[in-house]
Amino acid sequence: MKAIKEKHSLAMRWCHWVNFPILTIMIWSGMLIYWANDEYKITLFGHTYVRFFPDWYYNLLHIPHRLAEGMAFHFLFMWFFTLNGIFYILYTIISGEWRDLVPNRHSFKEAFLVILHDLHIRKMAPLQNKYNAAQRIAYTAIIVMGVGSVITGLAIYKPAQFYYLTWLCGGYHFARIIHFALTLGYVFFFIVHVVQVILAGWNNFRSVVSGFEIVDEKPVSIIQTTPKDETTS
Amino acid sequence: MRQPVKKTKKLKKELTLDQKINRRNFISFTTFGVLGATAYGGWRWLYTSPLEMPGITGGAHKPLRRALNKTELFFRRFFSNNNQVRTYPKSMAAKIVRHNSDIGADGKFDVTAWRLQVNKITGEKLAITIDELKALPKTEIIFDFKCVEGWDQIQHWAGVRFIDFVEHYQLHDETRLDYVGMETPDKGYYIGLDMPSAMHPQTILAYEMNDKPLPLNHGQPLRLIIPVKYGIKNLKRIGSISFSNQRPRDYWAELGYDYYSGL
Repeated sequence: MKAIKEKHSLAMRWCHWVNFPILTIMIWSGMLIYWANDEYKITLFGHTYVRFFPDWYYNLLHIPHRLAEGMAFHFLFMWFFTLNGIFYILYTIISGEWRDLVPNRHSFKEAFLVILHDLHIRKMAPLQNKYNAAQRIAYTAIIVMGVGSVITGLAIYKPAQFYYLTWLCGGYHFARIIHFALTLGYVFFFIVHVVQVILAGWNNFRSVVSGFEIVDEKPVSIIQTTPKDETTS
Repeated sequence: MRQPVKKTKKLKKELTLDQKINRRNFISFTTFGVLGATAYGGWRWLYTSPLEMPGITGGAHKPLRRALNKTELFFRRFFSNNNQVRTYPKSMAAKIVRHNSDIGADGKFDVTAWRLQVNKITGEKLAITIDELKALPKTEIIFDFKCVEGWDQIQHWAGVRFIDFVEHYQLHDETRLDYVGMETPDKGYYIGLDMPSAMHPQTILAYEMNDKPLPLNHGQPLRLIIPVKYGIKNLKRIGSISFSNQRPRDYWAELGYDYYSGL
C-alpha cells in the first residue's frame, strides 16, 4: 500500500536550494579572480597532466580580464554563502537532524558495502535510515568543506587581521591552494551527486523539493493469530 | 445507530492519498518554481545593473560597489595595530623581486631633482630630500607581499615608518583626518589610504630593497610599503603626500576595485 513518508525538513530543503545558486556564483566569481594568477596545475614526474585552466576553457566562459568584477561578486555572495551555512549547521544541531546525517561508528565500514552495491558488485545494500553510510559521509564532508572554504577564504581575504586563521591554514600561500582545492572538491561532489540523484529517480528527487517520499508499506495485520501448539498445551 | 447525514458545508471528505500527494507536489513545486524564477530575475537585475557614476570609485556595478563599501565597514572593525603581518628571516626574502607594473613610474626621471612634497593642512608645503629621510630611524621589514591578482612573495624592504615620519615632521593635525593620499610625481598613479592603515606600525616609506637603494623599476627613490594592503596600494615613486577627510583619488578604485583593499 502506498503511503507518504516525510523525508526532508523544510529548513534542509531551503538551505539546499539556496546554497546551489550561491555556490555556483561563488565558483564562477572565484574563477574570475583565479584567472589573474592561474598558476595551479597537476604535475607528476615532470609531466603536467592538468593545467587550471586551458585557454579554450577561459574563453568559453568569458573569464579573462574580469578580476575586479569577480572580487566584487565574490565579496558580496560570500555573505549569503556563510549565513546560509551557519543557519543550516545551527538548524541541524538544534533540531537533532544531525543524528541522521553525521557518520557513526558503523558508517565507514558500511560505506564500502554501499559502494560495492552501487557498483553492482554486491546485491544487498546495508540497512539504512534516512541516509546510507556513504551519504552520511559525503553529506557531512561537504558541510565540513563549506566550513573549510569560509575559513581558508577569510585567511586569504584578511591575512593580517585574521593572522591566526592564516596560520591555521598553513600560511597565505597554502590557504589559497586549499581554497582552490576545496572548489575542485565541490565540482567533483556535484558530478557524483547529480549522477546518483538521476539514478535514484524521481521519488527521491521530489523529496528534496516537496519533503516527502512515497513508500510502499506492507499492511500489518492487526489480528494476531496465535499458533495452535501453544493454545492446546 | 446511524447518524443522519446532514447536508452541511462542514462535512469535508478526507482527501485520498493521491489527492494529498498531488496537493503537496503542486504547492511545493509551484513555490520552488516561483522562488527559482525570482532568484533568476534577481540575478539578471544584479548582473545587468548599471555601472556607478565615475568618481572617486568607478567601473563597478552600482549595487556591488555599495556592497564593497558596506563590507569594508564591517571588516574595518577587526583592524588593529596589534594585528601585524608575519615577518620572516632575511634569508627567505626573494632575490629577484617581482615587478608588475610601471604606471606612474615610467619614462625618464631625474632622481637628483626629486623632493617629497608634503601638503600640510595649513597650506604649507614641505619639500623633503631623500637624505633627510635616510637620517630618520630606519626600519626593516621582511614580509609576504600580496598582490590583488593572487600571487605573494616574501620581500625585504627598509625605510622610515610612516608613524616616525609623522612624528618627525609634526603632522599630528594632518593625521587626525580620515585619509592620506599619495601620488607619483607625474600624477599617473595615485592612491588613497584610510588613516588607521597608514598609521599602522608596519607602514613604511621605503628607500631600500634587499639592502640596496630602490632600483628604478621599484619606485626609486621612495615608495610606499604598506603590508596591510594589497600591492595596488603600495605606490611606487612617491611624489606627494596629502591629507583629507574625503577619500583621495585612487587609481584602481576608479577601475572597479575595492577602495579599501585591506588585508
